[in-house]
Amino acid sequence: MDNNKNWIDQRFPLTKVWNEHLAEYYTPRNFNFWYFFGSLAILMLVMQIVTGIFLAMHFKPDAATAFASVEYIMRDVSWGWLIRYLHSTGASAFFIVIYLHMYRGLLYGSYKSPRELIWILGMVLYIALMAEAFMGYVLPWGQMSYWGAQVIISLFGSVPYIGHDLLIWILGDYAVGDPALNRFFSLHVIALPLILAVLVFLHIVALHTVGSNNPDGVEIKSNKDKDGIPKDGIPFHPYYSVKDIVGVVVFLMLFSAVVFFAPTLNGYFLESANFVEANPLKTPDHIAPLWYLTPFYSVLRAIPPMFGSQFPGVIGMFSALLILLALPWLDRSKVKSIRYRSAPYKYALGIFVLSFVYLGYLGMQPVTPTNALLARIFTATYFGFFILMPWFTSIGKTKQVPERVTGK
Amino acid sequence: MSEQVIDLKKRRFLTQATSVVGAVGVGFVAMPFLSTWNPSARAKAAGAPIEVNISKLEPGQLVRVLWRKKPVWIFRRDKTTIANLTGLKNLLTDPDSANSSQQPEYTKNLYRSINPDVAVIVGVCTHLGCSPTYRPELGAADLGGDTWKGGFYCPCHGSKFDLAGRVYKGAPAPTNLVIPPYRFMSDSVIKIGISPKEHEIKPIFKSNKLT
Repeated sequence: MDNNKNWIDQRFPLTKVWNEHLAEYYTPRNFNFWYFFGSLAILMLVMQIVTGIFLAMHFKPDAATAFASVEYIMRDVSWGWLIRYLHSTGASAFFIVIYLHMYRGLLYGSYKSPRELIWILGMVLYIALMAEAFMGYVLPWGQMSYWGAQVIISLFGSVPYIGHDLLIWILGDYAVGDPALNRFFSLHVIALPLILAVLVFLHIVALHTVGSNNPDGVEIKSNKDKDGIPKDGIPFHPYYSVKDIVGVVVFLMLFSAVVFFAPTLNGYFLESANFVEANPLKTPDHIAPLWYLTPFYSVLRAIPPMFGSQFPGVIGMFSALLILLALPWLDRSKVKSIRYRSAPYKYALGIFVLSFVYLGYLGMQPVTPTNALLARIFTATYFGFFILMPWFTSIGKTKQVPERVTGK
Repeated sequence: MSEQVIDLKKRRFLTQATSVVGAVGVGFVAMPFLSTWNPSARAKAAGAPIEVNISKLEPGQLVRVLWRKKPVWIFRRDKTTIANLTGLKNLLTDPDSANSSQQPEYTKNLYRSINPDVAVIVGVCTHLGCSPTYRPELGAADLGGDTWKGGFYCPCHGSKFDLAGRVYKGAPAPTNLVIPPYRFMSDSVIKIGISPKEHEIKPIFKSNKLT
């Protein structure tokens, strides 16, 4: 056995990689509930790739047969319904995990120096994941697939001057149709998964270079024993690998409950209009994107057309997404964790979370004058959180950060 | 061999020159890949003009046909409807169809059509591409009551249009609905996707004075 290991180690750094990233990778000892979601995100990526591989064996990326092939998977393929529901529920579960993972970053200031690149790579991952999910939702070629694609792709048509040609180039036709479905399939199963895998790799490499943050926001590397091991660090394996398995078990219990008992989750995970085949002649009475895109969709709808163009709304929507990239530089506080932050920051974070959730809710509702007004107010508070951040993170009294992690 | 002197300046020049030539090469190679996304010959052929027979179209009746995979509405307007189009001016964003990208020159008139009684409109909302619903009934309570003279309502984001496809003020849609190029092949057959011959366009439409 040892001989084999030596033979490999002379040719490939197996033991070195194992130690550096698992057995001798030191992680703060005070991780709490919020730290489950990184490993759960990897679990969901694997789940989506594996179920996706099996779905692609039966799915037909052709406008004439796509809808029927999904129904064929649901009815005729052995256990096909399970694979399909794992994949569709998996998409929503993936976003729940990612949103909680991002919220953890906000709570404990995990985006702050020296972890800015981890945050940026994570944000790019999030955007790539949205593109992946959107294109995946087009593939079953139901009414919501079709009209959702129509609405989202129309955004590109609002770009001044080149919009119309850009639209036709993206669609490969004059409207959403077979060419769009076919190329979305290719991007969904090859291009974006590859990009996601590379980004996850970079995200983890960057994390392992600087080390994990923790609920106290204390840098464990600044307090090492005589062997150079952080006093508050424990090896990732076996301590956190075992802890994460507990998280995985609890998560999969909840996940299975949805897959087996409520796979559409009352229209939130699979919209009822998507059980009707795409019909270019008739828009469903109410269309909304899936829940994980609705906060940004609300921002889009909140901004009225200006200068005879829908483009300002599109700019607003993309800004709402891209402004998150600037977070490490907008936050001026010397304190990372919410435990020691000043009161103004805590209120601001509360308002931000409320705005985001409420925008998400409004994005699923039909437009009424009241809803439009609320969407505008919450769009303002959403952007206000970022624009005012340099101010409210530099006022108020922060608490003393301890030398060592507290283990609470 | 004489002693080699490393000329860093020359080396840097060569590196940069090679990079630039390489980048141009990458650009040329990228072109065919990006071009594959353009509409193929088949998609273009499928977007050819279509003929529609409207001899059985009753007043008020609307038919939807697909042209270039987009819904195109053809409907017959009766006298009341045509008369109602005049009174809406103050409620509309662009009542005179000033935005010339939304209709061909020969339909730039009050009715936004070649013949006042036959409307041909691309049924795609100019906001984000949903297909608005046909709501011809006068005074529909959910669409503004007495001020509603019939038109189209987009279920996605609430844009309203009149029966000439002109957008109401305050709607999220920025412009009027698009009028496709079309031509009357006879009194009962319309060809969508092709403009009339020059001599067929009535002089009154050429002058744009009919408002």
